[in-house]
Amino acid sequence: MPRSRLAALLVAMAALPALSISIAAGDGRWQAKVPADARQRPNPMAAEASRIAAGEKLFQRNCASCHGKQAEGHLKHPDLHSARVRNATPGELEWLLKNGSLKNGMPSWSRLPEPQRWQLVTFLKSLN
Amino acid sequence: MIQPLNRLIRVALLAGPLVFAPGSSVAQEAYFVTYSHQMEEPGNLEVGVKSVAASPKGGNAFLANAMEFEYGVKAWWTSELYLDSQATANESSLFTGFRWENRFRLLLGEHRINPVLYLEFENVNGADKSLLEVVGHDTRADFLERNDRGEKKREAELKLILSSNVRGWNISENMIAEKNLGGEPWEFGYALGASRPLSLVSSAKHCVLCRENLSAGAEMYGGLGERYSFGLRDTSHYLAPVVEWRVPGGTTFKLSPGFGLNNKSQPFLFRFGVSYEIDQIASRLRGN
Repeated sequence: MPRSRLAALLVAMAALPALSISIAAGDGRWQAKVPADARQRPNPMAAEASRIAAGEKLFQRNCASCHGKQAEGHLKHPDLHSARVRNATPGELEWLLKNGSLKNGMPSWSRLPEPQRWQLVTFLKSLN
Repeated sequence: MIQPLNRLIRVALLAGPLVFAPGSSVAQEAYFVTYSHQMEEPGNLEVGVKSVAASPKGGNAFLANAMEFEYGVKAWWTSELYLDSQATANESSLFTGFRWENRFRLLLGEHRINPVLYLEFENVNGADKSLLEVVGHDTRADFLERNDRGEKKREAELKLILSSNVRGWNISENMIAEKNLGGEPWEFGYALGASRPLSLVSSAKHCVLCRENLSAGAEMYGGLGERYSFGLRDTSHYLAPVVEWRVPGGTTFKLSPGFGLNNKSQPFLFRFGVSYEIDQIASRLRGN
């Protein structure tokens, strides 16, 4: 394979992230993006001790490595005992878990089944 | 060559979990060939091995391994390095080459169908049998290639990954285009997958072998010919059930018996894989 072609391929692979960044730019805070119907959705896993415990188990498994075992936040990963989480509706939190905020480093958790995302929301709400 | 590589793989697999505090996240892909739109969490490193074993008629039984290092660069960008090796009965064991792939989510929100662009460069021996995709007119005759074959394949591969998560199911479709940079025509392939956890709800109790930690599904993959002979004929196609077990603590095991769907396909393949997720590796190395 000619070296020039290989160099062009490697440059293209390196340049793509820049393109993706430009696609990603321009959104505001995640809460402003939540559609009204998602914001109003009630949590079908309303608070019960067993659901909070299940949510905590999911949190320790999927979230604690970034947000801390007590959800206290770590480095650039936010403290989840915050007013923003306290004031968010369950629907907003479930929307954030499903969509993530990829530009800001929060991954999408759509691979968790929806009932498990609601269990996580139940746990998050119990923190505050 | 294979001895130092084997030693390196063993050290990485055995010492990794001891050096780093246990991870807790789980592996991204429920499949062996098909990709979904799930990306590695940013800052996490997944170390794993995907293996395939088969005993081709008229050839020697082989075990091909692809050792993978998958890193979440950003929430929308995952980069992965594969080191391929293979052991063939009555022949030899050897390092067959490497692959470097990058996956980019094209849309930042979750949609009904989520597109991901996949770019790969690979530099492998012509005898490599790790079968991470089927393209062009790949057939079971390719499994008869001897390990001492000297041909090197330098290839670029593009995939468009379309993936959806619906009611607990993941449904993924990959369209593959591969180009041998030595001047051969574009080759095409496909992969389709569907999988679902056995339980959509988490229990409150700690459990290891329980429904919520198991997923089951199937994938189908095969070739689509090449630029001048596009189509489903004269190439191989496989259907493979997949079972995944996510052990709390970060280890994931996968099994998949694969069945050839036509006379160009190897009648039976057995795949197995294990992976281990190291959470926030950069922070750990910095001591944060």
